[in-house]
Amino acid sequence: MSSDAPLVLGIETSCDETGVGIVRGTELLADALATSVEEHARFGGVVPEVASRAHLEAMVPTICRALGSAGAAPRDVDAVAVTAGPGLAGALLVGVAAAKAYALALGKPLYGVNHLSAHVAVDLLEHGPLDEPCVALLVSGGHSSLLFVPRIGGEELTELGATVDDAAGEAYDKVARLLGMPFPGGPPIDRAARDGDPRAIEFPRAMREDGYAFSFAGLKTAVARWVEGRQRAGEPVPVADVAASFQEAVVDVLTHKAVKAAREHGVEHLVIGGGVAANSRLRALAEQRCARAGLRLRVPRPRLCTDNGAMVAALGAQLVANGATPSPLEIPADSALPITEVLL
Amino acid sequence: MHRLVLALDTSSAAVTAAVVELTDDGCRTAAQRQHVDPRGHAEHLAPAIAECLNQIGAEPGDLTTVVAGTGPGPYTGLRVGLVTAAVIADVLDIPAYGVCSLDGIAGVHPDVRRLLVAGDARRKEIYWARYETGRRVAGPHVDRPGGVILEDVDAMAGAGARLYADRLELRLLDGDYPDPRALVLAARDRILNAEPTQPLTPLYLRRPDAAVPTGPKAVLQ
Repeated sequence: MSSDAPLVLGIETSCDETGVGIVRGTELLADALATSVEEHARFGGVVPEVASRAHLEAMVPTICRALGSAGAAPRDVDAVAVTAGPGLAGALLVGVAAAKAYALALGKPLYGVNHLSAHVAVDLLEHGPLDEPCVALLVSGGHSSLLFVPRIGGEELTELGATVDDAAGEAYDKVARLLGMPFPGGPPIDRAARDGDPRAIEFPRAMREDGYAFSFAGLKTAVARWVEGRQRAGEPVPVADVAASFQEAVVDVLTHKAVKAAREHGVEHLVIGGGVAANSRLRALAEQRCARAGLRLRVPRPRLCTDNGAMVAALGAQLVANGATPSPLEIPADSALPITEVLL
Repeated sequence: MHRLVLALDTSSAAVTAAVVELTDDGCRTAAQRQHVDPRGHAEHLAPAIAECLNQIGAEPGDLTTVVAGTGPGPYTGLRVGLVTAAVIADVLDIPAYGVCSLDGIAGVHPDVRRLLVAGDARRKEIYWARYETGRRVAGPHVDRPGGVILEDVDAMAGAGARLYADRLELRLLDGDYPDPRALVLAARDRILNAEPTQPLTPLYLRRPDAAVPTGPKAVLQ
């Protein structure tokens, strides 16, 4: 996209990250982030009220930082995009109200967008436009879905399958807790797994050959049973082997189904997004399996996989470029926004 | 000097937006919108601001000041008003002042000698403060209605006072929700003296409900 493409500011507050990004076309100009993750760690998970309080405190400073690093004045922004859902209701409201205030005060169009679509659209900042359909695997602490995406940043997509119980990231958090690791569980399990044997323990791979849906609750319980069995027998728990074997079970199922979906839908590209896409073993195995299947893999750098404002701006920029109708100032924050509703 | 003040309050079931004209010797509400919808703060507030500006033929850029009620009030709605006020002030580069929302109810009754103002804090509690001829002398606090000392109080106002009227047994005055003109008057000196602003921090009065977890539950029998 050319340098005269609209300047879009994106606001993200669906969980514990206050993100403000600025994008022109598919060019990333600013990606400011404030996180409250440390305040949640001792609770073993995100506490919604703590997250909402932190968003309110961080909102204006994060907007200012983003504008500063993009070298832009508030008025230079041509459109404001915001995560309208899904996510934590109270947390979403802070971002939605902030975005409306920005749009209203400066007379700019507002785009209330879907957080999950933004996780896919952010790849455009890394790998540029993709003018053909793709399959996207979206994996985070709250979601695990396979999507058919006719056009990244478009208003249409189809959900091929989703988790029937826990999200992949949720399983990571729960297993990390069992192993005495801090929240969030993804990074410490990923690190511990590097020293472990992924074949040491045969953990179940639920629904592996069964459509496009996922299930991780049984895996989490299987790990808990195995670890407790060891503890009761007075034997040490081989943490690295448990982490590696658990991680292998998760990423095996995720990549197996994603590659299968891409082949069965005749697309050439698989896009992976969401916080779990920052996982090193998921990236490596996806790379290997895509190469073997003749697919091209697109995974953004880890920093863009976890929640941020740039992904919201990236989706907003596409919607503006496509001539999508802006959202009215009346839009709600929708904590249960369906994955197929890209724009409110 | 003529000032055009945007006044916002979302500390109660009412979502209030107004444009108030403040001069050195006067203060009047030029346009006001109020929606009573305890779960609709984010939906109603921005459109209400736009409607107020439209009604008087003003642009957002004509605003000189923002005044926002900082509560106490139910947090989720309260934050909508405060983040809205903070962002508008920031992008328009104008000052924003916070005012205790209960002052916006008391300010309508400046002549009452001893007034109790109470908002609904849910969980069978009220947010309350006491005033003497318009000046706050106690609070804001959060308590059960039975825990508030009512000696020497002449009258009460606010949605919390109405809700627990039978228990508080005081003369109930009008004004369930903060009045925008009263909010602006509570910040009048700061506005006229162009005093430095502070971050708009909610009067939470309660800590988040969250318990540090104990060890994981056993899955083996």
